[in-house]
Amino acid sequence: MNVTLRDHRLDDPAQSHLGFIDCDVHPYFRTPADFDPFLSERWREHRRTIGGRSRQGLAKTSLYPRMSPGNGMRGDAWPKDGGPPGSDLGLMREQLLDLFDVRYGLLAPLVGGAAAERNVEFGAAMAVAVNEWQCAAFCDPEPRLKASIQITLEHEASALAEIERRAGDGRFAQVNIPPRGLEPLGRHRYRKILAAAAAAGFPISLHLGGTSGHASTGGGWASFYHEEHPSYVQSMQTLVTSLVCEGVFDEIPDLKVVLVEGGFAWLPALAWRLDKHWKRLRDEVPALKRAPSEYIREHIWVTTQPIEEPERPADMLSTIEWIGPERVMFSTDYPHWDQDDPRYAFKVRLPEDWARMIYRENARALYRLD
Amino acid sequence: MARHVVAAVGEIPPGGRKLVTIRGREIGVFNLDGEFYALVNRCPHQGAALCTGVVVSRLEASLPGEYRLSQPGTMLRCPWHCWEFDIRTGQSWCDPNDIKARTYAVTVEPGEALAKGPFAAETVGVAVEHDYVVLTL
Repeated sequence: MNVTLRDHRLDDPAQSHLGFIDCDVHPYFRTPADFDPFLSERWREHRRTIGGRSRQGLAKTSLYPRMSPGNGMRGDAWPKDGGPPGSDLGLMREQLLDLFDVRYGLLAPLVGGAAAERNVEFGAAMAVAVNEWQCAAFCDPEPRLKASIQITLEHEASALAEIERRAGDGRFAQVNIPPRGLEPLGRHRYRKILAAAAAAGFPISLHLGGTSGHASTGGGWASFYHEEHPSYVQSMQTLVTSLVCEGVFDEIPDLKVVLVEGGFAWLPALAWRLDKHWKRLRDEVPALKRAPSEYIREHIWVTTQPIEEPERPADMLSTIEWIGPERVMFSTDYPHWDQDDPRYAFKVRLPEDWARMIYRENARALYRLD
Repeated sequence: MARHVVAAVGEIPPGGRKLVTIRGREIGVFNLDGEFYALVNRCPHQGAALCTGVVVSRLEASLPGEYRLSQPGTMLRCPWHCWEFDIRTGQSWCDPNDIKARTYAVTVEPGEALAKGPFAAETVGVAVEHDYVVLTL
């Protein structure tokens, strides 16, 4: 027995998580050569001899050092064969898919560098390769795993072609766009890509991260990873605001957007602020027919990890109530260091119908899974 | 409550640890400069295998830039979310009064005394000429 005075319920976990749908699972490659079978000889040679050129200055590491080895991996997720966490399907089954009888896992591959590649043609080739690799290494041998389509947002033709190529392929569930990009996602130059995803029935997943080349906060470079971590949410707030204010949801009524790994307790406050100013500044955005919060409630889904842990655990319930329990989906972020365990992530007991929605039904409906 | 022989003293060097299972509970036994301590192998936050984490020093700063590294080798960092616990007391760094990992009483006893019993030897054979780590649970 651990001694905790708070409402942790470690020894009395609800079982409603069993058979859940995990909306954030990270697959990794063993070596960069894993992508070679899916690249043409022209780009294989490019990868070997020139390599990637990201928008950030650092070529082989992230912007900030992290607490755990492997650039922020769960300490017990290293496969025995020496590969990185997330590269061994057997261990992923043991620690996640089989342990919890996961119904489906939505893959979020943070690999290949396609989205941030300065050479957009190489980026486009890597996007296709990563998509093929997800299927070959994970989704074909393990049909519970669903791929997320990688695209190069700054190369419209290739992005449209890739969305069209994957449309109707049940192995792919959504189109992934990193929130840190060159410009806010509501800008007109991205509209065709968003429309194509909606037309193909794919939600857009905005998985935390990305490489813009800009400072990672709106106020300059932070000193610590501790500062960097919440700053990821700033980029999500920017994109949500941009999509609303640019009228994207009126223009593409079928567009569905999933915020992955951003937590969610900040969303009500953002919506309140947008609503307040919409009443005063609506002449500037006359295309908005409804209050910003209405677009957000209708078009935005959130995933839970890294789940907020409010001092009063019951505050979690009022936060979810505002967002709508039908818009919240559970995610672990396996195998990263800040992943959540479905048994213990919520420090408050969810109403039974909410638990069903959050652990399973919302994702099943959104991604049209059985 | 029973006493369990969990290791020979020489088996866990200073800075080392041994994972044992006593009455179905996984427990980490640590040697800190010759003193032995035991903690449950389960983080009170989200249940990770706490005793497999790295051991670090306690780092404090009274002001920005005034760092003080103290008590080397006393803080156990969880392999998941990096919560830290004092190996000697189970107290968490983030909330020492309210969040603790369960600790167990550990003593070092000579094999000669243990040979008289009563104790549960588990998998450790006892020789009268050696010292042993004994955990009470």
